[in-house]
Amino acid sequence: MASEAITYATMTWQEQLPVLQVLVPFVAAPLLVTIGHKGLAWPLTMLASAISLIVSALLLAQVIDGSVISYRLGGWAPPLGIEYRVDAANAFVLFLVSAIATLVLAYARASVAAEIPREKHTLFYTAFLLCLTGLLGVTITGDAFNVFVFLEISSLSTYVLIAEGAHRDKRALTAAYDYLIMGTIGATFFVIGIGFLYMATGTLNIADLAERLSTQTDSRTVRAGFAFVVVGIGLKVAIYPLHLWLPRAYTFAPSVVSVFLAATATKVAIYVLLRFMFTVFKPAFLFELQTLEFIILPFAVIAMFAASFIAIFQSDFKRLLAYSSIAQIGYMLLGIAFLSSTGLTATIVHLFNHGITKAALFMAVGAYALRAGGSFMDNIAGAGRTMPWTSAAVVIAGLSLIGVPGTAGFISKWVLVQAALEKGWWPVAILIVASSLLAVIYVWKVIEALYLAKPLEGGATREAPLSMVIPTWIAALASIWFGFSTGVTLEAAEAAANGLMNGVR
Amino acid sequence: MDLLTAILLTILIPSFGMLSNLVLRDQPNLRDSMTLVLALITFAIVLVILSVNGNDISGQFTLFEILPGLSIAFHVEPLGLMFAIIASGLWILTHLYGIGYMRGNAEDNHARFFASFAIAIGSVMGIAFASNMFTLFLFYEILTISTYPLVAHKGTPEAIKGARTYLGILIGTSIGFQLVAIIWTWTLTGTLDFTRGGIMEGKVGATMATILLALYAFGIGKAALMPFHRWLPAAMVAPTPVSALLHAVAVVKAGVFTMLKVGVYLFGIEFLSKTGASEWLMWLAAFSIIAASVVAITKDNLKARLAYSTISQLSYITLGMALATSLGVLGGGLQIAMHAVGKITLFMCAGSIYVATHKTNISQMTGLGRAMPITFAAFFVGALSIIGLPPLGGSWSKFLLMAGAADTGQWIMIGVLMASSLLNVAYLLPLVAKGFFLKGDELYTTRAESPFLVWFPPALTAFGCLLLFFYAGAIQAFLAPIVVIP
Repeated sequence: MASEAITYATMTWQEQLPVLQVLVPFVAAPLLVTIGHKGLAWPLTMLASAISLIVSALLLAQVIDGSVISYRLGGWAPPLGIEYRVDAANAFVLFLVSAIATLVLAYARASVAAEIPREKHTLFYTAFLLCLTGLLGVTITGDAFNVFVFLEISSLSTYVLIAEGAHRDKRALTAAYDYLIMGTIGATFFVIGIGFLYMATGTLNIADLAERLSTQTDSRTVRAGFAFVVVGIGLKVAIYPLHLWLPRAYTFAPSVVSVFLAATATKVAIYVLLRFMFTVFKPAFLFELQTLEFIILPFAVIAMFAASFIAIFQSDFKRLLAYSSIAQIGYMLLGIAFLSSTGLTATIVHLFNHGITKAALFMAVGAYALRAGGSFMDNIAGAGRTMPWTSAAVVIAGLSLIGVPGTAGFISKWVLVQAALEKGWWPVAILIVASSLLAVIYVWKVIEALYLAKPLEGGATREAPLSMVIPTWIAALASIWFGFSTGVTLEAAEAAANGLMNGVR
Repeated sequence: MDLLTAILLTILIPSFGMLSNLVLRDQPNLRDSMTLVLALITFAIVLVILSVNGNDISGQFTLFEILPGLSIAFHVEPLGLMFAIIASGLWILTHLYGIGYMRGNAEDNHARFFASFAIAIGSVMGIAFASNMFTLFLFYEILTISTYPLVAHKGTPEAIKGARTYLGILIGTSIGFQLVAIIWTWTLTGTLDFTRGGIMEGKVGATMATILLALYAFGIGKAALMPFHRWLPAAMVAPTPVSALLHAVAVVKAGVFTMLKVGVYLFGIEFLSKTGASEWLMWLAAFSIIAASVVAITKDNLKARLAYSTISQLSYITLGMALATSLGVLGGGLQIAMHAVGKITLFMCAGSIYVATHKTNISQMTGLGRAMPITFAAFFVGALSIIGLPPLGGSWSKFLLMAGAADTGQWIMIGVLMASSLLNVAYLLPLVAKGFFLKGDELYTTRAESPFLVWFPPALTAFGCLLLFFYAGAIQAFLAPIVVIP
């Protein structure tokens, strides 16, 4: 142990990156409250988020070649101590989360000022930082119980963030309450699952769990553990039919929160699901195979159709996007259900592509909320003229949501269909394209409202402030950029998928 | 200027027209002259490409790779070059015509109109020079989306409904069938490059080829093959310049052009004829030819009649490909040029009548020829070319298609083509006859032509139909390399 302590003392700052990733926003959160100065809340949050973006980019650069960083928290050796482990899969997610957080914060200032009373700003940004901490922690940690802890940190702060929407619409309170109940059930299931696995193996370290489970024979305890973990995370992912909390939460949360949650929270949950399905358990685990084929696959397909279908009939753009998210989660689950390297690549790349696309769309919703007083079809009617920049961004991101070639959404769809054809499941391939036709309908409904409908009284009269338009456009242009330049996204996704499939960890 | 730069310029310059239109939205004269200059430059560059490259097929220029084996790449080949010349050349005329029409009719939103128009032309150039199916598909979709605002232009409930049908069928078929076909082709053969002689040989069986061809044929909704033809009549709610250039030339020709490209460069005509994968398509095309002509006779609205005529004439090209013989393919290629010039004349005449009199139905146009002699004369010439009578361009493409049918021993197809010509006479010539020789309720004694910018372009294209009769041989020789397998 003595020699360990010596090496620990001489660690360079580069080696401390994994812990900095979580520590920076985590320390910044109480700092905001202690300082208590309202004017400093936003700059400090922005700073913390920007630092974690830089950290995540450095981490991604280190592991994109397939290597793994293991960091011992407090110098305690795993499996007893908590271990942070960074590989291509979670470095990619870390980057996505902190990039979106930074982008959202740049956008947040004007939107938060309009939607949340000034005396709440410090607390709002504190909750935002805690949520970010939780999401980053869930992603980076290599310890199953630690996943639960961070999951709770992010969830509890999310309930607060959603409830902040009550300043505009009181229904945010019941939406937050719904999510609180569902989220807590999910977290409880998850921790019960972890408990079963601990019972069967005596360890909580993910790598160690994987190793011990692989030598064990199939037992009822392990199966129960698996089932509890999948359902628990499933609630967070909003796997159809565990999605009921999502539309209300996204619709009534403040615009900034909707952007952040839609682009990151469910993505992180998908990542956890991947981690448990492919690292902790191996696809060779027969029970898992059956779960994937007979539960995840059909529900993914149902989500793709049912949620898209419901989206078509929404009169609120924001709610429409929420249902669209459920459908898009279906695509990601489908990629998992293919149980192939290509399928996982599709899931991971779509996780990223959909994140930026939805971020652009929800940001536009925030701009309409600010200028037109809401995002109902009546509010946004004719906004193509009065808010040309925001509306043009909606068109671009909308095309990416459909998966038109030349956009990021197309790349995801291409890889996903290819994964289906590789397996010879051509009916599934046809279902994938058929469901994107439903996306055409709901996206076009919005575009028609923006450009062809006659504006009503009290609609938008001028464009949103630049601080909102620029981040929206960054996200919209990114969804074009990643439709052509797939070097980074696809390479990282492939590295991540191969890592997961081979069970390198 | 190397070829890749030239190709990129033909795509980017019209797209720049979108920006210039939006920026100069409040200065109509400057805005429209700017677009005219851009159209002239685009046409000039296409001619430069023609003079530099001739009908060589060898070059290919990769812009960048999106996925391994999946790239944005361009090449110059005779069919695409011909398509680019037609589209960019007719853009100049249609732009002039469009200025006259939009101002003459006091339509709104000129800037949005010409901006969408410009980007549509840019994407047509992308389609014409695409050297693989993926690049082609990319521009195919941009074309669909950029023409949507044109169809919905008037913003009336009727226009919105028509635009929905337009978008629904074109996006639906392209994503639902064509995209699947493309990904499937890629999975089977590992490439999407347009290659002389095709890429399927030895990799795809006969049954599989038939299924794939069906996915392509129905997926290329712009070719208006029945039963996915409904979008074309629906798109007629658009202002006439749109119907003229886009729905007689750019959009529909992009469809049949894609069809020919798929047949010639992906499947290969040898492969199609050997496997018999395209035989059903030949019958379906024949059915489309006859059925659409019969429907055309029943339409009293002039633009609707022309729309069904287009559906019928487009199937000539699909038929040429499905015959799977070199004469058929060349006939199809020639038909792209001949029909484009003939049909744009007819549409511009229809628009001219509308600008001068606001009449849309044939039954109201009795005796009108006396008031608008130039318009009606141009219509007459265009109609004769569509029917396929000498000395007009249309006669050669029909001739080659019949020769192709005879070549493969498909005697019934010769009958179909002849019957179709007779049907063409039945639905196109009555307007001319009524216009010139009958007396209607209104008496026209004085000349009442539409404005110069509206009647002059169709007169010019009518003259073009005549010229094409004499240059058909040159075009055929120009196209010949596409059916020669190296």
